[in-house]
Amino acid sequence: MSRQVFEGLKVVGFVQAGVGPSTLKVLNDHGAVVVRVESIHRPDNLRLAYPFQDNIPGINRGGHFAFANNDKLSMSLNLKHPRSRGVVAKLLEWADILVENYAPGVMARLELSYEDVKKINPSIIMISLSQQGQTGPHSLLPGYGPQLQGLAGFCELTGWPDRPPSLVSRSYPDYIAPRYGVIALIAALDYRRRTGKGQYIDISEYEVSVHWLVPAILDYTVNRRNQSRSGNRCPYAAPHGAYPCRGQDKWCVITVFTDEQWKAFCRVIGNPEWTKGEKFGTLLARKRSETELDRFVGDWTIEHTAQEVMTMMQEAGVPAGVVRDSQEVVDYCPQLKHRHFFWELYHPEMGRVTNRGPSFILSETPAELRKAAPCLGEHTQYVCQELLSMPDEEFIELLNDKVFE
Amino acid sequence: MKAPVSRNKEAPQSEGLLSPYRVLDLTDEKGLLCGRILGDLGADVIKVERPGGDPARNIGPFYHDIIEPEKSLFWFAFNTNKRGITLNIETADGCEIFKSLVSTADFVIESFPPSYIASLGLSYPILREVNPRLIMVSLSPFGQTGPYAHFESSDMVIHAMGGLMTQCGDPDRPPVQVSVPQSFISAATDAAAGAMVAHYYREITGKGQQVDVSAMDSVAMNGVEGLVEWTVGKSIFNRRGRLNKLGAGLFSPIIWECKDGYASYFFMGSLPGARANQRLVEWMNSEGMAPEHLRSIDWENLGVEKLTQQELDYITKTMAKFFKTHTKAEIQEEAAKRLIMIYPVHNSGETLMNPQLESRSFWVNINHDELNEVITYPGAFAKFSETPIREWRRAPLIGEHNQEIYMKELGMSKDELIALKGAGVI
Repeated sequence: MSRQVFEGLKVVGFVQAGVGPSTLKVLNDHGAVVVRVESIHRPDNLRLAYPFQDNIPGINRGGHFAFANNDKLSMSLNLKHPRSRGVVAKLLEWADILVENYAPGVMARLELSYEDVKKINPSIIMISLSQQGQTGPHSLLPGYGPQLQGLAGFCELTGWPDRPPSLVSRSYPDYIAPRYGVIALIAALDYRRRTGKGQYIDISEYEVSVHWLVPAILDYTVNRRNQSRSGNRCPYAAPHGAYPCRGQDKWCVITVFTDEQWKAFCRVIGNPEWTKGEKFGTLLARKRSETELDRFVGDWTIEHTAQEVMTMMQEAGVPAGVVRDSQEVVDYCPQLKHRHFFWELYHPEMGRVTNRGPSFILSETPAELRKAAPCLGEHTQYVCQELLSMPDEEFIELLNDKVFE
Repeated sequence: MKAPVSRNKEAPQSEGLLSPYRVLDLTDEKGLLCGRILGDLGADVIKVERPGGDPARNIGPFYHDIIEPEKSLFWFAFNTNKRGITLNIETADGCEIFKSLVSTADFVIESFPPSYIASLGLSYPILREVNPRLIMVSLSPFGQTGPYAHFESSDMVIHAMGGLMTQCGDPDRPPVQVSVPQSFISAATDAAAGAMVAHYYREITGKGQQVDVSAMDSVAMNGVEGLVEWTVGKSIFNRRGRLNKLGAGLFSPIIWECKDGYASYFFMGSLPGARANQRLVEWMNSEGMAPEHLRSIDWENLGVEKLTQQELDYITKTMAKFFKTHTKAEIQEEAAKRLIMIYPVHNSGETLMNPQLESRSFWVNINHDELNEVITYPGAFAKFSETPIREWRRAPLIGEHNQEIYMKELGMSKDELIALKGAGVI
């Protein structure tokens, strides 16, 4: 059996909420040893966030925490305790990579800036992911994904022209930075393999979010035009929308780009009178009467379930897809099952939890999820003795001195 | 045709993170960003287009609204830092040339319908024989195999089926897309991540592999809040317009109207939320707009999730009135001073003027010699202390580097190129 990709790679995380753990996740899903440093005095907010398993709050029962933190080790350490410094040094000597996503300034206050960390391990690779970057006049501004999506420009581009801006899910930008974080980390690892040199990486969630909107940015820098929300329209396709189907709040997306798809679409819906003649025969004609077109399409789709609409359209070669909710995505989607996207893991307090794998499958060394998210401090002893080779006496002494809290 | 010149791994330019590596980019609009990311990191990315140019060049907006394949801003956006050649891999000559390029390459990225590239005799097992170290990244809407593998798709179809669309928009209107479609952008970014994961393995073991990227899986990841609310919370996250759900069933605004537009403020519980509310009320108070009931709230001990909807509405109505008296610029400035979690809702123009991005030198000016102009682009996606991203090259013109690659590197003659051009191979 092939080794896992990141077997032997040692990672320390001073992380919280979503971005840091998600960046680490690609590494631990592919075999890296990832140690999170936590403390009961300042638990990760995500451990305290609703929803909780069985609706019973608890520091080891948080759903979001469990979802982001599979296959990570949790070491409990009181960073304010003077003797924690020695333990931290051992961790940094051990580690290849340090990932952190605290607000800028926090790591420096903990004497864990890159300058500090480099003194202990000169070739370490350290990455900081923060809302707006480590430098600049707004670097210290607190914020989360929901605010950032407004600042980054997603809200302006989401919703209806006759309505105020709307939201893309809730913390949408939080899912962008982890991808760039992983890409940057592995590139830096490769550079180190070639040159022996570590380095520091500074990622701004704001900046990478702007990267997902570049066509709109260029429309401004080149044409001085501010793109805005356009509902579900596409400049070069019609019909292009989400159409109401049978049932409560059920929708199916239908998108028609070519004459062939249009003819197939008409065939599927029975070649009704309204599709004949000039009014809807060409793309330009359909664009001119798009509101009416959408109404006609909706009058047909409402007679069917979303699944029926998708099936009929797909069989005819028309791009169409059910607007799925999370229940359908998790419990039903046959394609995600085929890809083994979801994994069931066993958690000592929560019982069975659902996690997800990556969106890419490597042919030789696919990801493997093994253990559910850790309870706080679950692996303190393991990390100290097995990973850091701390002698028993030292560990017990530190334990009694309340360093591991 | 001479044997291909083996790649000079001591790249003449400054050593970027990925400068020893070459990428052959066969993607269409579904995967263009992947090659761009690798190119930003210094890889030698060669965009391989069909003769006459890739259809993605037909996607707007266009430079000064001149509707031409060399002026698509969509193309510019996602093909920066690539060279470009034309090659028809459906022809016998094209296949052979492609394979000789593969022997010089470290990555091939493609986004063809599953089984298309195999039908051309260029499947991964065959390319692996040409180059055992090759990593082939295959990006498709649903994956290379499975019940949906041959479904027709579009960005919005993926957005819907991945479970993200249901979380977007106003509750009394259909679920909605983002007007800069996100699904394939997300998938292409994941493709770059997958390529790098495989690359790490290859550099240690010498073995390449195929990376099977699914756009729907990529979008499903972005709907994670809904996934957790269902699997643990047993509730369905449906679009909430401009509202946020606090705890089990309370709603408060996230997007608030202000004097000249909108701002986003995330009213939440827990310590950061308490601090934010505290500071906001202090600001309101400094302008005489904080009524007694707001001033007297002990935010840290309030337990926001335990309020009734009516109590919460009373609070948020007062805040809403306050926001309406301020412009976005005022809100941004005061929020920075007082460290309150409020951001203005910005458009592209406002993004360009944001002092934070400016101060971090985020924007780069890339020379477009063919337009006699310099265009401003978003720059480095990360700041690296040893190997800063600082090499920039505009997106290639159609077949711009045919001569460089075919003649200079592969050693083909002018007559050979004329033959291939006339036959529609390049």
